[in-house]
Amino acid sequence: MALPEVKQTATEARLANLVMPDAGCTRAAREDALARVLEMGLPGRRDEYWKYTRPDTLVSAEAPTAALFHSDEAMLFSEFDRLKIVFVDGVFSPEESDDLELEGVTIDRIEDICCKDIHWAKELYGVLEARGQTPVQRPLAALNTAFAADGIAIHVTGKPSKPISFIYRHASETSDAMLHHIIRVESGAEVTILENGPAASRFNKCMEIDIADEGVLHHVRAQGRDHERRAATHMFTRLGKESVYKSFTLTVNGVLTRNEQVIELTGDDAVAHVAGACVGDGDFHHDDTVFVTHDAVNCESRQVFKKVLRNGATGVFQGKILVKEGAQKTDGYQISQSLLLDDDSQFLAKPELEIYADDVACSHGSTSGAIDETALFYLRSRGVPTKDATNMLTLAFLAEAVDEIEDEALAEAIVSRLEGWLSRHS
Amino acid sequence: MLEIKNLHVKLEEEEKQILKGVDLTVEAGKVHAIMGPNGSGKSTLSYVLSGRDGYEVTDGSATLDGEDLLEMEPEERAAAGVFLAFQYPVEIPGVGNMTFLRTAVNAQRKARGEDELSAADFLKEVRAKAKSLKIDADMLKRPVNVGFSGGEKKRNEILQMAMLEPKMCILDETDSGLDVDAMKLVAEGVNALRDEGRGFLVITHYQRLLDHIKPDVVHIMADGKIVKTGGPDLALEVENNGYADILAEVN
Repeated sequence: MALPEVKQTATEARLANLVMPDAGCTRAAREDALARVLEMGLPGRRDEYWKYTRPDTLVSAEAPTAALFHSDEAMLFSEFDRLKIVFVDGVFSPEESDDLELEGVTIDRIEDICCKDIHWAKELYGVLEARGQTPVQRPLAALNTAFAADGIAIHVTGKPSKPISFIYRHASETSDAMLHHIIRVESGAEVTILENGPAASRFNKCMEIDIADEGVLHHVRAQGRDHERRAATHMFTRLGKESVYKSFTLTVNGVLTRNEQVIELTGDDAVAHVAGACVGDGDFHHDDTVFVTHDAVNCESRQVFKKVLRNGATGVFQGKILVKEGAQKTDGYQISQSLLLDDDSQFLAKPELEIYADDVACSHGSTSGAIDETALFYLRSRGVPTKDATNMLTLAFLAEAVDEIEDEALAEAIVSRLEGWLSRHS
Repeated sequence: MLEIKNLHVKLEEEEKQILKGVDLTVEAGKVHAIMGPNGSGKSTLSYVLSGRDGYEVTDGSATLDGEDLLEMEPEERAAAGVFLAFQYPVEIPGVGNMTFLRTAVNAQRKARGEDELSAADFLKEVRAKAKSLKIDADMLKRPVNVGFSGGEKKRNEILQMAMLEPKMCILDETDSGLDVDAMKLVAEGVNALRDEGRGFLVITHYQRLLDHIKPDVVHIMADGKIVKTGGPDLALEVENNGYADILAEVN
């Protein structure tokens, strides 16, 4: 079917500015992805899936400029022992990165997987993204598969002693970056992936994660204070039998962030938890879009998303649990809540359940509300000043999402960032 | 210490006068009890003194050691020495009881220009005080009042009072929802805090709490006013005959 003219024109304009990397063995996957983009067209304002978030600046031919962010504060996770992989405006920086050597994992740049003939990577690149295009189209992810200029392939075969940490640095006000990472966690292996830092003025990032039976992947990400950035990220995760995937994202500020999580539970007894805490002020716009498919027996999924919005900020949550026929004993949970600190802010939520099995427990809830005045008075009556009491209650509101982080030290680091934000913004 | 004169209060949202000229003085070192039927304005008085929103003072005054309470924010009143033990202590999910206590203690110290209590000193003090109220370590770690029984909530109020060491303690129906053993424990907590520098205003429906916290003065409140004041015997009279006789006699 031909695309509407507006969409056709916009897609062509965007593609005219992109050059497909000469990437050997990923070439075929990239060509396929480009074909998908041409067929779907890039997201437009009228697309149902983009009803609450305007995609214009994410698909425009040129990236809007974004001021660089400066702070004297040490970057998040600085105090953690980790293997650092640094990108500057979306380009791998060997000088700033650690040696990519760590027991239990093999780490390569995507552009090197061909000459090294790394089979698992060739079989993963673009594959989960392509699977994730139905039943809902995600054209920005296909665009990423086709044109991502850089990215990392991580093969987890053991239990590395420290987290692998992606650090993104933003150096140019006009940078328009696309990164594509792929991660394969082998049976029984376990890894923690960290991500943080302002990446680029416009950032399109895709991560494909394939977790084999009994594999475990923890993911903790922070999207920072570079307020003018625009970001669209996709995480496609496939889980095998008895495997575990736990992902948490902190988002503070940002005029436009859309984080999509597409999760497929394909092995029995698998567990997938995705959580997010975000705090935004003014022209902040944050969108969490989650699609969890249960396609095996006795799997558990949790979605816990909390947003604190003030001064006209906007939060969006689109979350779906799809339970396929035969996915009995599914335990699906979804909660999305916003704390609106004034009347100008808004929260738009679209929780969905679609269930084709008859022996499942699925629940979802979505609320938005103001600070609990009774609790506020209680704290004040004990001598806690209004501002501190409000911040305490705000952190308490976010706690359910932050509690999803299993590692206590990482959770504390996240909480301290939230405290910092609250003290600066109240 | 606490001086209330001709206090008139209405609800902010509607034209309903609740307090219609309350006069009351609580001296340092004394325990005053206020009894009265439902709807007489007892709880309103406690809220107005602690600064809760939703009430409008239309006339009269309330001062603590000469300072105008009604002009202060709730946190300023707390720092000045007012403490309200809530009839329904509020549950605050996500805020640890210990964090809450420490924040409150240090906020008040800061407001008074005192140094904050060190973590070690705080811990030592809170453990000792919690022990005497039979509050275990688990209750201190849990979120404020979440999943606490009625008795645990009230003991937690008294623990806060013990930690904050206020000048003027207002207890709003602290006996409600308590069995006899829990009430004794709470009363012991209160009695341990009685001293020459501290005043108490104990609001209750029933005389039984006053068996354990012996008042110096008993007031009867009805229809927004103190209608009768007497000694501890007045509470017994209420217990034996109900409010009807007293109200009839006053009217």
